[in-house]
Parts: sequence; structure tokens; C-alpha cells
Amino acid sequence: MVRPLQMQMTHVRRGVLDGFIAPLLVLNALLAYSFLYLPIAVLVLFSFSASRYASIWGGFSLEWYAKLFHNPDIAQALLNSLLIAAATTLIATVLGTLAAVGLERVADGRRASHYDAALTLPILMPDIVQGIALLLFFVLVFNGLEYVLDWRPTLGRTTVIIAHTAFAISYVAVVVRARLSGMDKRLEEAAMDLGANEWQVFQRITLPLIWPGVLSGGLLAFTLSLDEFVITFFTSGPGATTLPIQVWSMVKRGVTPEINALSTLMLLASIALVTLSVVLQRRR
Amino acid sequence: MAIWCLIPPAVWLGLFAFLPLGIIIVISLTERGSPLAWQFTLSTYARLADPLLLTVVERSLWMACATTALCLVIGYPLAYFIVQQRARVRTWLYFLTLLPLWANSLVLTYAWMVLLRVDGMADQGARLLGWLGTHESLNWLYTPGAVIVGMVYWYLPFMVYPIYGSLEKFDWRLFEAAQDLGATRVAAFFKVLLPLTWPGVLAGSLLVFIPAVGNFVVPQFLGGAKAALIGNVIQERFLSQPQDWPLGSALALVVMLVISLAIWAYFKFARAGDAVG
Amino acid sequence: MARYAWLGGLVLVIVVVVGVIVAVNSDKTKSLRIFIWEEYIDPEVFRLFEREFGVKVIEDNYGSNEDMRAKLQAGGAVYDLVVPSDYMVVLLRKEGLLLPIDLSRIPNLQYLGVRFRDPPYDPGHRYSVPYQWGITGIGYNKSQVIPPPTRWTDLFEPTRIEPYKNRISMLNDMREVIAAALVALGHSPESTDPQHLAQAQALLLQQKPFLAKYDSESFEDSLASGETVLAHGWSGEIAMAQAQNPDIAFVVPAEGTFAFVDNWAIPKGARQKELAEDFMNFVLRPEISAMIVNHARYASVNEAARAFIKPEILNGPSYAWPEDTKLWWLHDFDDAGRLYERVWLELKGR
Repeated sequence: MVRPLQMQMTHVRRGVLDGFIAPLLVLNALLAYSFLYLPIAVLVLFSFSASRYASIWGGFSLEWYAKLFHNPDIAQALLNSLLIAAATTLIATVLGTLAAVGLERVADGRRASHYDAALTLPILMPDIVQGIALLLFFVLVFNGLEYVLDWRPTLGRTTVIIAHTAFAISYVAVVVRARLSGMDKRLEEAAMDLGANEWQVFQRITLPLIWPGVLSGGLLAFTLSLDEFVITFFTSGPGATTLPIQVWSMVKRGVTPEINALSTLMLLASIALVTLSVVLQRRR
Repeated sequence: MAIWCLIPPAVWLGLFAFLPLGIIIVISLTERGSPLAWQFTLSTYARLADPLLLTVVERSLWMACATTALCLVIGYPLAYFIVQQRARVRTWLYFLTLLPLWANSLVLTYAWMVLLRVDGMADQGARLLGWLGTHESLNWLYTPGAVIVGMVYWYLPFMVYPIYGSLEKFDWRLFEAAQDLGATRVAAFFKVLLPLTWPGVLAGSLLVFIPAVGNFVVPQFLGGAKAALIGNVIQERFLSQPQDWPLGSALALVVMLVISLAIWAYFKFARAGDAVG
Repeated sequence: MARYAWLGGLVLVIVVVVGVIVAVNSDKTKSLRIFIWEEYIDPEVFRLFEREFGVKVIEDNYGSNEDMRAKLQAGGAVYDLVVPSDYMVVLLRKEGLLLPIDLSRIPNLQYLGVRFRDPPYDPGHRYSVPYQWGITGIGYNKSQVIPPPTRWTDLFEPTRIEPYKNRISMLNDMREVIAAALVALGHSPESTDPQHLAQAQALLLQQKPFLAKYDSESFEDSLASGETVLAHGWSGEIAMAQAQNPDIAFVVPAEGTFAFVDNWAIPKGARQKELAEDFMNFVLRPEISAMIVNHARYASVNEAARAFIKPEILNGPSYAWPEDTKLWWLHDFDDAGRLYERVWLELKGR
């Protein structure tokens, strides 16, 4: 990719606004990052506040971090959130990529555009409606299973995972398709001309080329699942509380700075993860 | 092979997205009860023709549009700025833009309340700068402005994400070529860069607009629950006493319809304005 | 690219291993599953119960009666105990979602205060056992609100609330808010007369510009921090605000106010019915009831617990208010609720 900084300056015609562009961009970036990080600064700051209410400063204290490590509910919620997000990411990435690849192969035809539209449906549904709809769906299924097999499953982590994948697949598909549409088809065609079958082409040509898109979609699915609470509330059961659910029900009694402490730690963890992956990449 | 690829997702979504949608449609055609009296009726749709509900839907759409527009205006230049940096700086800036998604959004909404409330940090800052007397307040919290701020904050990373993706793949030589042909940078932006990064802009707008329409958390907390948006109305119909699942379902279906229409209109507009394409 | 695949494979393996560990690690001891409001019981009570009965207690939380009911209605989740408010007991019972209780297993019912015996919403305690109760009133900051409020009208009359514009909060609860307006106008808080409701709507719309917010969840937080100085709220929460900020006071409006009782109930499908009944009995032991009050600050229905409750709580909003106060119980409506629904939508929708 040719980088914009390598432009030649000889034939440039400068318009009236051109001189303002660079400083405006910088200003916009500064303002945007301040905007994005102001609440995060507040969040981190109040994780050290001695006051029980996460909105009144009460003096410096590490007690909430200590309480965090002794809080089994939050630990369980965090574990549930991570497990559910991991499982969702796995399933959604696989199915979403399949859908995207399949659609690109089929490309034309009314059936394809119907499938395409249908794929975006879960993104269109408001989450509260999806939550209730899935809850009712599960209950219908449970009733049916009880009648036929005399076994009644319950809501729990599995139902939450299924619920999350229902929307995550669409997001992954959108991302992967974007990546696919930018890919040069001739590479695939050339491979097929050389005698490779469809599966080999997929494995050796397509997949490696779209892999960044797949990873990106997977990361999106993971992030969405981690913060999802409306759908999760309706489809979870005893012992399957996730972090957002825990926070939401703590709202009734005022969010304590323990959650601030946890959020701070999670932010630090993701920073650490990215640093790690950057370092690994450089070690090639 | 394409068929083999398409079947598993189709089955999964058919079961877990379409069947539940079917249930919602069935409920919207049922009589309300606690929660439902199993009788077929079309009266729910008749009840939708209510000027009050229309006001609420309109307000939600305007909020979502404003949020999307603001996210675009802030997000596109931000993505552009990031793309212009060196590789390592770029990765970090991009990551920093997405990092807020990893903190719990409810807690971040609370942080905004701490910032904007009476005697909060915004007030204290204004007092320090001499804009306010010690007992005065900007009164920024619990206003529609606060709701917009909260929404833009929530969804900005979702706008930057696809636009950055588009910009990354963009062939900058085209941009240079336009300039070589005598266009100013601004003109080159509108004629070359914007049309070719349009997929990113579109994706970003959808990722912001659609959830923004149904968001009920931000109006409740940052708006002080004073102005109901369609998400709040749907939530109350399903959960609060008295329950009205049919109306909640019908409202949700209407919202989905409106969103679909908006997207379709957006597409048409994109085609029309996309001269270079 | 190969490096990415390797990383992906590693992640996959980790996930599968963790998943297997967690799946296999299911506990075999008997467990009691409780669905309760957040921070509405002292966790120490669970520890004591677990030790004495040799079982495990699993607690899940909800933020409102309606959230809880939605779960029970769909029939998906399995809990042994839930904590519905008085009107919700009636609703759940009507929908057949509760199991009748074997009162012979709960001898500690004898400690219940007279007021809570044989309640109108559940005669004979067939489906519920009272747990904690409270009343609605006005919390205020006594160093800032002068003269202090004494009646419901003090929350509505423009001359009274104008000095505190944007520092007032009302509950985000349709019944509570409309009832307050009705009583301020001199009507019954459960009136279904369209004229009364129209007047209430006008009153509420007139009040709205002076309000900071409608909030049922963190109004005590705002009151304690000074963000608001007048708050329509419940006794237990105001008691908590008082513990944080001694300037906070509570007044029971002179016209009378509304009471609620939260109760233990056993939902249909409960797997440990007898254990649940044992728990209800355990909680009614005076020392245990007092432990809960000392932690959550709400008033207990257990008269005998008074002996063990901290004096500052007995003198606080949860307990200390005039004995002759007129108390209403807000019952649930069926169709009349739609009139209220309309008023509420008009209030929020415009």
C-alpha cells in the first residue's frame, strides 16, 4: 500500500480550505480522544475512592480492589462472561465466515440477496425484543423436550451462548464480507485453473487472505458478547450471571466502586493483551 | 461448495433468530392479558395509530440520526488522522479508539453522570475558569443534550471501526492522481476518497443508527427518565405493570420496519450521490 | 499468517480445556437457589444457613419485580425462593406461578408483627411469608430545604419547589408517582375516576420542569451526594442515605402514605421446597432478622427482632415515624391500569 505521506508535492494545487485541514484533523483527534477518555479517567479515579457511592469522592483507598478479590459473585460473573464470550466468538466466527464466503461465491441472483437481507435481520431487532423472543422460544423448546423425552433442560450458560451467537453471526458475516469484497477474485480463479478443487482453494487462498477480517470479526463478536446484557438477562438462569447482569442488578443499590476497580483491571488486561500481540508480531 | 457453506448458518439463524421473530409476530396478533390471552386480534395494530406513540418514535429517530451524524463528523476525520500515522502509532491509536468498548457501558454511563451532574467535574471546571459562580450550575445532566453525548460516546468506536477498515484498503495513489489533475485536497476528498470509502461509512452508520434507535439505558440514566424513547416504551410494555406484550411486539416490529426503510432510503441516496462510484 | 493460525489454535485449546473443567466441576451438594433483590440480605446469613444445614446457597439478583416476573412467566429458570412485593404476590398467584407453603415448617411466624399477620394480599400466608417492609415518603436535605416539607403538596406546589429547581427527584414508578399526585389533590391514591386522573396528569406535567429526574434506583445516592435536595423515595433507601450523610432527613407526608411489604415465596418448579421453607423459618429467627436489618436498613416484619437492632436504625426513617400515619396499600388493577398507563405515557412521551 502506498502511504499518503509519500505524496509528491510538485503538482499540488492548494484550495482555500486546504491549509486548515491538517491542524483541524489534529484538533479533532485531540478532542475525540479527550472525549473518549474523560469518563474512563473518572472510572479509574473512582476505583480508588473510599466512598461507597461511585459518584462521591471519599479519599484515596485500595479497599475496593481488595474487596474485588474476595467477592465470589463478581468472580463467577466474570468467569461466566469470559466463557460465554469465548464460545460465542468461536461459533459465530465459524458460521459467520461460512455465510460470508458462501454468499460471495453465489454472488448473483435473487436468492442471494434474500439470504443477504435475512442475514442482517438479527442486527435490526431491538435487543429487548430479541431477548424476550428467545426466552419464549426456549421455553417452547423445553416444554416440547419435556413432553417427548421427559427431560427438561434449564436456562443457563448454554442458552446465553445460543442467544449471543444469534446476533454475533450477522456482525461477523458483515465484517468478513467487507474483507472478501476487496479481495482479488482472479487469485481464486487462477488456483482453480491450476486444478485445485473448491475446498483447497478455500483453505489455501481464500482463508489466508481474509484471515485478518475473520479475526477482526471474531474480536467484534467477543467484545459485543462481553458487554451484552439485555438479551443475556432474559436467557440466563441460576449461576449463569454475567458481568453486565451483575452490574445492572447492582444499580438498584448504587454501583459500588468495586465495579470501577474491575473495569480498570479489564482495561489494563486488554492493553496488556494488545501489547503482547504487538511484541509477538515484531518477533517474526 | 457454496451451498455447503450457506446451510449451517442458515439453520442456526433460522432456529434462533427467525423462529423467535415468528413468535413475536404471533404475539403482536394476540390479545393482551397477563401476559397474554390467547385470542387472535388485529386491534393491537389499530392501537399503534396513536399520536403520542408517533411522537415517541419520531423523537427516537431524530436522536438516532443526530447521534449517527455526530459520530460520522467526529469519526471519519479521526479515522483519517489515524491512517495517516506511521504503522506502530497507527495500531496504538486504533486500539485506543476501540478500548472503551471493553469497559462496561453502564459504568461508563455512570461516569458521564459524575462528570455532568450538579457540582460534578464539568461544573467545577467551569467555576475554575470563572464562567460560573460557586453556587451556579451548568445543569447539563438530565437534558436531551446529555442523552446525545451519552449515545455518541457509546457508539463512536462502532463508526470508526469500519471506516478505518475502508481507509486502510484505500489506494492512496488515486488521491494523489486527483491532485495531480488539479483538484484541491478538499475536492479530492469529496470526489475520490469519500465515494470509495462509502462502504465503510455505510457500515459505520448502520452500526450506530440501528442500536441507537432502540437504546433505553442512556435516556433513562443521562436523560433522567424524563423523555421516553421507543426503547423505554417497549421495555415498559413488556415488563412493567400493566403488561402489554402485544403492543410491545407490534412496536418492535414497526421499529424494525422503519429501520429497514431508512436503510433502503440510505442505499438509494448513496447510489444517487455516488457519481464516481 | 502461520503465526496467527497458531495463536488461534492455542486459544481454541485453552477454551475447550477450560470449558471441560468447568462442566465437570459441577457441585454435588444440595443447593438452594434464591432469586432476590440486589443487596437485600446480609450474605453472612447465607453462610450461617449453609453451615447449619450443610447445603449451598446460590443467589441471583434482579432489579425489579417485573424483571423477576418475566423470568417466572416464561418458565425457563428454576429457583427455590423469590422475593415479590405485595402486589406481585397477587399477580404471581393468579398466574399459578407460586406453590402453597407448608406453614407447619415455619413456626417462627409467631414473631411476625400484628400488622403483617394474615395480610390482605395473601390471607393465611398460603403463598408468601413477609420479609421486609417500608413506606414511601420525602427525603430531604435539612440544611438546604427550609422550611422542611411536611405534606405531599410540598412536592408539587410551584412556590414550594421553585427554589430547588433541578434538584428534585421523583420515583420512576407509575403507581407511586400518580398516587402521590392523587393524594396531593385530596383524592384516593387508587382512584380510577378519569377526572381525578386528568387533574393528576396536569399536576404532574406542571411539576416536571422543576425536576432533575425520575429515578427509582439511585435517588438516595443523589440525595446523599447533594445532587438533589428533595427526593420522593422509600424509607429503607433514605435510611441508607442518612448513614452516608447526616444532613438527610425523612418525612412521612401528613396526608398519609403508601406501604409495601416484600415477601418470600416459592415459585412453581422449585426443586428444594422443604429447604426453602426451612430458610424462611431461619430468617424469621429474631437474631437473624436483626442481622439483616442492621445490614440492609429496611424495617423487618419481625417484632421480636427489635431487641437486637441497632438504636440508630430504630430511630431512623425505617422505624421512627408517627404511629397514627394513614397507610395505603397499592393494589394491582386490571383494566383500570390502562388509564394510569395513559397518564404515564403523556407524562414521559411529550
